[in-house]
Amino acid sequence: MDALEIRLKVNGEPRSWRVAPGDVLLDVLRRENYFGVKRGCETGECGACTVLLDGKAVNSCVVFAAQAHGCDIVTIEGLARGDRLHPIQEAFLDAGAVQCGFCTPGMVLNTKAFLEQCPQPTEAEARQALAGNYCRCTGYKKPVEAVMAAAANFGLGISDCGLQSRKKSEIRNPKSEIKRGRR
Amino acid sequence: MSGTYNVVGKRVRKVDGVKLVTGRATFTDDIHIPGLLYGKILPSPHAHAVIKRIDAGKARALAGVVAVLTWKDVPRVPHTTAGQSWPEPSPYDTYLLDRKVRFVGDRVAAVAAESRALAEEALRLIEVEYQVLPAIVDMEQADAPGAPAIHDEPDSTGIHDAARNIAGFICKDLGNVDQGFAAADLILEGEYRTQRQQHCSLEPHVTIAWLDEDNRLVIRSSTQVPFHARRQVAMILQLPVQRVHVIKPRIGGGFGGKQEMLLEDICGALALAARRPVKMELSRREEFFMSRSRHPHRLRVKIGVKRDGTVVANHMAVLATTGAYGSHCNTVQGNTGQKVLPLYRSPNIRFECKVVYTNMPVAGAFRGYGCPQGFFAMESLADEVAERLGLDPVEFHTRNVIRKGDIDELSAVLGEGKKGLPRHIRSCGLPECIERGAAAIGWNEKRKQHEVPGKPHLRRGAGMACSMQGSAIAGVDWASALLRMNEDGSFHLQVGATDLGTGSDTVLAQIAAETLGVTLDKITVTSSDTDVTPFDVGAYASSTTIISGGAVKKTAEKVRAQILETASRMLETPIEQLSCRDNRVTAAEGKSVTMAQVAMHAMYKDKRHIIENASHFNTDSPPPFCAQFAEVEVDTATGKVRVVELVTAVDCGAAINPQLAEGQAEGAAAQGLGLALSEEMLFDAAGRMRNPSFTDYKMFGPQDMPKLTTILVPTEEPLGPYGAKSIGEVPINGVAPAVANAIYNAVGVRIRELPIRPERVLCALREKDAGLATV
Repeated sequence: MDALEIRLKVNGEPRSWRVAPGDVLLDVLRRENYFGVKRGCETGECGACTVLLDGKAVNSCVVFAAQAHGCDIVTIEGLARGDRLHPIQEAFLDAGAVQCGFCTPGMVLNTKAFLEQCPQPTEAEARQALAGNYCRCTGYKKPVEAVMAAAANFGLGISDCGLQSRKKSEIRNPKSEIKRGRR
Repeated sequence: MSGTYNVVGKRVRKVDGVKLVTGRATFTDDIHIPGLLYGKILPSPHAHAVIKRIDAGKARALAGVVAVLTWKDVPRVPHTTAGQSWPEPSPYDTYLLDRKVRFVGDRVAAVAAESRALAEEALRLIEVEYQVLPAIVDMEQADAPGAPAIHDEPDSTGIHDAARNIAGFICKDLGNVDQGFAAADLILEGEYRTQRQQHCSLEPHVTIAWLDEDNRLVIRSSTQVPFHARRQVAMILQLPVQRVHVIKPRIGGGFGGKQEMLLEDICGALALAARRPVKMELSRREEFFMSRSRHPHRLRVKIGVKRDGTVVANHMAVLATTGAYGSHCNTVQGNTGQKVLPLYRSPNIRFECKVVYTNMPVAGAFRGYGCPQGFFAMESLADEVAERLGLDPVEFHTRNVIRKGDIDELSAVLGEGKKGLPRHIRSCGLPECIERGAAAIGWNEKRKQHEVPGKPHLRRGAGMACSMQGSAIAGVDWASALLRMNEDGSFHLQVGATDLGTGSDTVLAQIAAETLGVTLDKITVTSSDTDVTPFDVGAYASSTTIISGGAVKKTAEKVRAQILETASRMLETPIEQLSCRDNRVTAAEGKSVTMAQVAMHAMYKDKRHIIENASHFNTDSPPPFCAQFAEVEVDTATGKVRVVELVTAVDCGAAINPQLAEGQAEGAAAQGLGLALSEEMLFDAAGRMRNPSFTDYKMFGPQDMPKLTTILVPTEEPLGPYGAKSIGEVPINGVAPAVANAIYNAVGVRIRELPIRPERVLCALREKDAGLATV
């Protein structure tokens, strides 16, 4: 199949990749060494492959790589600044919200997208926000505590995460549709 | 305890936390290997069939296909896939590839190709002619006269009665059961059923195998049992153990599903055949029915009590199916008796079980290892007994449960796969767990308040259950650790203990740091790699903290002795007057040397590396204890049950890291709630799974969870490092019975089958109403 060239930004860095029309974003990101994007189900159900696409949390396993052309992607690798962790990452560590860590990148990124929309959530809203991220280790108590703790710190550093220039995306947000479908 | 120690007992961050939260952690598949091939298994479409003809010619001819294996191409070595200590108690009834298939999803052939698409294309080109045999999907039909024998091959060993499909059988008595029941004032019986549950680790099983520059087979795998996998792969592929190297990187959850040599053998065989690196990864769909699951049980339980509530006799009869192969059969069911029945101080106990083969996916180890099934039955019936005696369940439990100082003789009678040892209860916080748990949930009020104001269709209620487990398999599980000192006064801890997300690297580093008198940041942990780290049986049977932790403590004590000896010469002070703390060795009068100075002195003056190794095992398995309390809300119009709150009060000994211990209890609660209410692998009459996806197999998500309260009730276990026991498994055991008992308290129906789906509740409510109408 003919390859396409896609141009996008990943964690603020411009990238140009050749992809096949059927390639999904998850596979292409992992091929390009973004291993923090995890493969848990490949059907948009578990949330382990969550990335931010123009600021929105999406399941990269149900997004074609070609759909990311012209977009800003943030993966878990893009959150820390050198050795300085993002406040959400600090909150997850402090709360003990990380056990095996396989769902953690997706949860952290989903939390980031959520808190930018909803900086002072209730606990019920935080739970609903994480509804697209299955975790088999924690029982969700500590992850929800981490979201609430990160929200309490909102504004202390969450705005310097490289996403100020968010533009209106023309791409549909598969994750939010899947989540609506499940509710 | 936290007042006494500097590192142990503290809520420190996980030592691998930063790499996990930044996505730097390298799980099995987070690696690029040049020339990597993609391996796939051709799954059987039939539940039971003989392969009459198999022709892989077209698949082999496809460009990009590098290796194809059928039963004709591989050695036939009977083995078990159960990751257990040698000699494994599970039957040797499994083959790398066989000419017979025994469940839908069983291995027919395997291919390695340049891409996943090519591998899948190659599978379609393999021509197979099956002679389809009658299949057994119902465990109650497995040993019926005329049932087809699933394991009719002559070379399998360790099967109890292959002709009747009985994989394992146990019947053991303690005391005199008949006399016990004869002396009882009240005898109650009940039949209970539990379902197939899947582990659903977020990371599926994945293995990468290649030949290194020395022609050794390297296997990088998501496993809980790297050393068992090495031994088993060597045997199956007929290689010396020396030529197999197993690497366990970060693991994305296991819960028992990875206490199994599942892909390592076939992936290794493909790598040997292709002479290229091969990756095999189960898809989520395949993970459901091609990996392992919890054994479904039918349990018949009988309890005899005196009028005052004293339990005088217990009888439990279990029928379980192991599916097509006997991985962990017998030991799981033995555990159902061994770890459940001693909860009550009954002098007369009978346990019998029959484990049968069916043409269904293979069961295996799963958190709780037979105990969630057993406690669902026992604790549901105990609730009925308490009611009939007019006793509050809290009172009934407090009167009857096992105590410190008791000796559990049933463990000696049953054992785990071999003759067992009696359990001496040296620590037991169960009465305090019951008391504190009841107080936390507001037991006395919640038992009586059933109405929900303004919502007459809703009824609330509360229920409780107690449980216990073990801390490692007594006399079987053992571990070893290696600890060495670096020039800067830091230490490298090498352990075969297998952190699969449990936090064991952190707990073991805390034990080492405490023993050495250094801060946690001075400890670097490597786990686990069969070339680099010393032996450990692996992460299972709630063993890591007590056994691997015991090995680390012994090793660190030996290292500390060397440090003190060196410092004694440096400070010209007798060893008895020295102590290790704050990264220094300090003399009584105040003079001190840093750990770095000690290390430099030992290395460059004494020409001696401070390095030590020790092994550890216990001849007893101290039980952790748990009391769980659930408040539920039942919708009498729909039968839907919502759990409002779940309180888990647990005695895990002294928690080395209370935050990680709470995490174990909370995760177990979520899995236990799924077991209680929603999770079930469903099959059609031909043995095909109907719901192999996260949409159709319902786990609890964050929005489904009740309020969770975890209470760690501290005790000091003499056999554990710094008083620790275990916590990974015990908090899953009491969830389902606590929920079932709460439903009874709310609406007066007993649900004896898991999961407690709305239709089961609704049917029971209608039966109850009809019964009342006819009275």
